[in-house]
Amino acid sequence: MTEPVLSVRNLQVEFASRRGTLRAIDGVSFDIAKGEVLGVVGESGAGKSVTGLAVIGLIDPPGRIAGGEICLSGLRIDNLPAEEMRRVRGKRIGMIFQDPLTSLNPLYRVGEQIIETIRTHLNLSETAARRRAIDLLAEVGIPAPEKRIDGYPHEFSGGMRQRVVIALAICAEPELIIADEPTTALDVSVQAQIISLIKRLGRDHGTAVMLVTHDMGVIAETSDRVAVMYAGRVAEIGPVQDVVRNPLHPYAKGLMGAIPTLAGDDKRLVQIPGSMPRLSAIPRGCSFNPRCAFAFDRCRVERPEPLPRGAQSVACHLYDSVPAESAA
Amino acid sequence: MLAFTLRRAVQAIGVMFAVGIIAFSMFRFAGDPVNQIVSIDTSAAEREAVRKSLGLDDPVPVQFVRYFADAAQFKFGVSYQFRQPVSTLLMERMPATLELAICATVLAMVFGILMGVYSALRRDTVLAKLFQAVSLIGISLPTFLIGILLIYLFAVILGWLPSFGRGEVVKLGWWTTGLLTLSGLKALIMPSITLGLFQMTLIMRLVRAEMLEVLRTDYIRFARARGLTTRAIHFGHALKNTLIPVITVAGLQFGSVIAFSIITETVFQWPGMGLLFVQAVQNVDIPIMAAYLLMVSLIFVTINLVVDILYTVVDPRLRSTFGRAV
Repeated sequence: MTEPVLSVRNLQVEFASRRGTLRAIDGVSFDIAKGEVLGVVGESGAGKSVTGLAVIGLIDPPGRIAGGEICLSGLRIDNLPAEEMRRVRGKRIGMIFQDPLTSLNPLYRVGEQIIETIRTHLNLSETAARRRAIDLLAEVGIPAPEKRIDGYPHEFSGGMRQRVVIALAICAEPELIIADEPTTALDVSVQAQIISLIKRLGRDHGTAVMLVTHDMGVIAETSDRVAVMYAGRVAEIGPVQDVVRNPLHPYAKGLMGAIPTLAGDDKRLVQIPGSMPRLSAIPRGCSFNPRCAFAFDRCRVERPEPLPRGAQSVACHLYDSVPAESAA
Repeated sequence: MLAFTLRRAVQAIGVMFAVGIIAFSMFRFAGDPVNQIVSIDTSAAEREAVRKSLGLDDPVPVQFVRYFADAAQFKFGVSYQFRQPVSTLLMERMPATLELAICATVLAMVFGILMGVYSALRRDTVLAKLFQAVSLIGISLPTFLIGILLIYLFAVILGWLPSFGRGEVVKLGWWTTGLLTLSGLKALIMPSITLGLFQMTLIMRLVRAEMLEVLRTDYIRFARARGLTTRAIHFGHALKNTLIPVITVAGLQFGSVIAFSIITETVFQWPGMGLLFVQAVQNVDIPIMAAYLLMVSLIFVTINLVVDILYTVVDPRLRSTFGRAV
């Protein structure tokens, strides 16, 4: 197997607060291969976005990466000096944020912002950068790019702005794109277009994509693999079909049960009782145990480690040295 | 854009008209002007003659129209105390006040923005905290006290700078300038600092607060995610967004700098419009007071207009909204 584009090993992110250190990410590991789309799902506060920010090196104080390793195509990037990490950002890792309305600087033409980014990372003349910017805008599906390049962000609609943001993220041909809830702020009809755009770009350029979202529909549509996060840990990770059709972790089962189907049966959607613990009050043992219908004594004491199970990997004591059938 | 400018200009004329009414009414309510001009033993017949020569026996609306028509041509009547046309007096004094006000504002802008940016970007350094502390003093100490303290230190104890006046001036047409002689420049230092200190601290605190706000926005985070250099982010992206509110405040403050140079001019015996106004108040010289009111309003209104237009230059979002609104 070739080396993964992104390899995260046992990542830990901590935030210092007045009431002690809060661990937002606790031992997260995953890989993304070239051209692969990894979906990251979970409730708000599960650590999806923080993981993305940690990878691109934008965790602001009082937060910090407290442990683990992040490697980009074999190069360790979590401990790079600030200036070298800046060169990696935008050039080798592109990032797309949630709200396209606020991601662009309102005072500069979109062209100026794209050209600025291109010229920061690639050794191109102003004219060459402008030509490239027009090509990029065309590639992300902006009509009449040679005219729109001189428009200001407020002259674009939300969906069009997100396309500009995507053009900015891919302008230096990055190996990895981190998309942090790229469709949350958009209309449903536009969401589908943006998702298929990200998917197409990933395929055409062989870019690895880390797609952070809480929308299981988007994940099922786009991703090759999916990681389910809960309270700063990866509960389950595996190929998207397997995880959607046959979730192993009780939390993942709950999530999949909460997806409405088009079949139209009037069954009530399953809901997971309770809510995710605050970072300051993560329970001992498995962090999901207070909400888990299958929890037993061991879950309240010992933290489960991820275990491979077929193509999937699951962090749950139910699957530890117990035959598979007793799980459900 | 043009329509927007025109509309604001019409509004400005409206404001000036209202101020004109107030200025004119000063003549009618602040005592009888004839009494200010004549001496106690003037006969009633002579008083009537003066009244007639000044047109004060005409109906009020006629007087008002005449005053307004004259004022529009910068004719403000004759000063009671100097027996000279008010416009001549103001013209003589205006260069001094404008030079002082511009110097003070430039000083305040340059140092205010520099210190503000520094204390936003290097929030935890000793120097940034020192700036904050000093700015508190600047914002809370009254102008005249700062002026007197400066005079005491640099003129009385150290003897480096003159304590009053404008130094030697050079005539450039009708404009007199102190910027071309050494003594003129030296005389300008302390009044400028005194007048500009409050604005400087205000701008510094404003820039700092705005900059911290802007640095937290999504587009700055996205700019960092794009791998732009720290310099490009801070001075290209953050500073430009910071400057929008700063333009408003600095613009409006420039008006107050001119209006409130009265105090600084009095402390330093600076031969400007403010000092003229203070003398006019002492002598109930209404033509000067009314003219001063009109001049200061005109400056305020003009600055407001310029600030509004500057806005649209800096912020493209306003250009199109105003374009559509008209």
